[in-house]
Amino acid sequence: MSIVNFLSSSAIPLIIITIIVYGLKEKKKVFDIFLDGAKEGIEIVIGLFPTLLGIFLAIGLLRNSGVLDFVIGIISPITNILKIPSQILPLAMLRPISGSGSMGVAIDIMKQYGVDTLIGKIASTIMGSTETTFYTIAIYTACVKVKKIRFVLAAALLADLAGMITSVIICQIMS
Amino acid sequence: MVKNLLNIIWPIFIITSVVYAFLNGNIENVSNGIFESAEEAVKLTLTFFGTLCLWNGIIEIAKQTTLMQKLAKFLRPFINFLFPEMKKNEEAYEEISMNMVANLLGLGNAATPLGLKAMKTMEKENTKKDTLSNSMAMFIVINTASLQVIPTNIIAIRSSLNSTSPSGIILQVWIATIVAATVGITATKLMMKKF
Repeated sequence: MSIVNFLSSSAIPLIIITIIVYGLKEKKKVFDIFLDGAKEGIEIVIGLFPTLLGIFLAIGLLRNSGVLDFVIGIISPITNILKIPSQILPLAMLRPISGSGSMGVAIDIMKQYGVDTLIGKIASTIMGSTETTFYTIAIYTACVKVKKIRFVLAAALLADLAGMITSVIICQIMS
Repeated sequence: MVKNLLNIIWPIFIITSVVYAFLNGNIENVSNGIFESAEEAVKLTLTFFGTLCLWNGIIEIAKQTTLMQKLAKFLRPFINFLFPEMKKNEEAYEEISMNMVANLLGLGNAATPLGLKAMKTMEKENTKKDTLSNSMAMFIVINTASLQVIPTNIIAIRSSLNSTSPSGIILQVWIATIVAATVGITATKLMMKKF
């Protein structure tokens, strides 16, 4: 496990240094470029805020009213058999539909149950290993005006499902 | 399509919660929660402001170097296997590989415009214009599989939530991504013959 932790924690510093050394080698003004990129980051964060606000409101209401516990209570017999923590189900259902929406739900889960708990790790892994499938299919087909998408939605959702199940299993094994 | 779905789900969530709370005499709790969630949204946005901008800055440097073209070469055998029809189409090949490298580096913003260009190039060779070709179908499935080496956003958010090891989920993410992509690719290869 300690090797895994070492690899995980050295990955990011190594990537940063590789990129910067590469930039220097090609004589780029690395700091100026960094500033441009960081500035773009501001727009991303600001763009995400309204969705986060809306999702936090809805999820907060669901939880405080008791609806979430009620729904989890209904589904948990099924998820218990499959050994899936029922708390992550809202995330699994929203993930293919909305990117910022599912990010809001994932953050809510991590805050509620702890970011380093099993549930928190599963939520992180699901967010990192799946995409907003519906959105991706929509823009990629719209740009070439293709109407018949054949089996693509089925294949993509199957991949999402496989990714989510693997997230649950792998986090349980590695925790 | 996507926006519409939330336009339906969001009000349902809110209305059900409030009605449920009234019926259970739980409305005071709900009322307090409303403003708490607004405050939480601000706090959280502030905390991941820094990490997200930091990553975006670093990634921008990578974008401006030839690092991406270099990495694209490593993908050649992989792309030949996935897109056998595109072997002779150098333009499509280039765009597909750049899109995949951008995805691998977690450059979502750069990957999408590259991907759209690749789709347009592949459409030129498409014989049935209103239907996805095999290559186009494969390309979309791969783009929905989130092939990422560094899941930048989720690491940023984990560290803003005071995780003891924000990047401690990288290995799990890799494994889950590889499984998802393998399933997606296999399903596509199998189904493209029949549908």
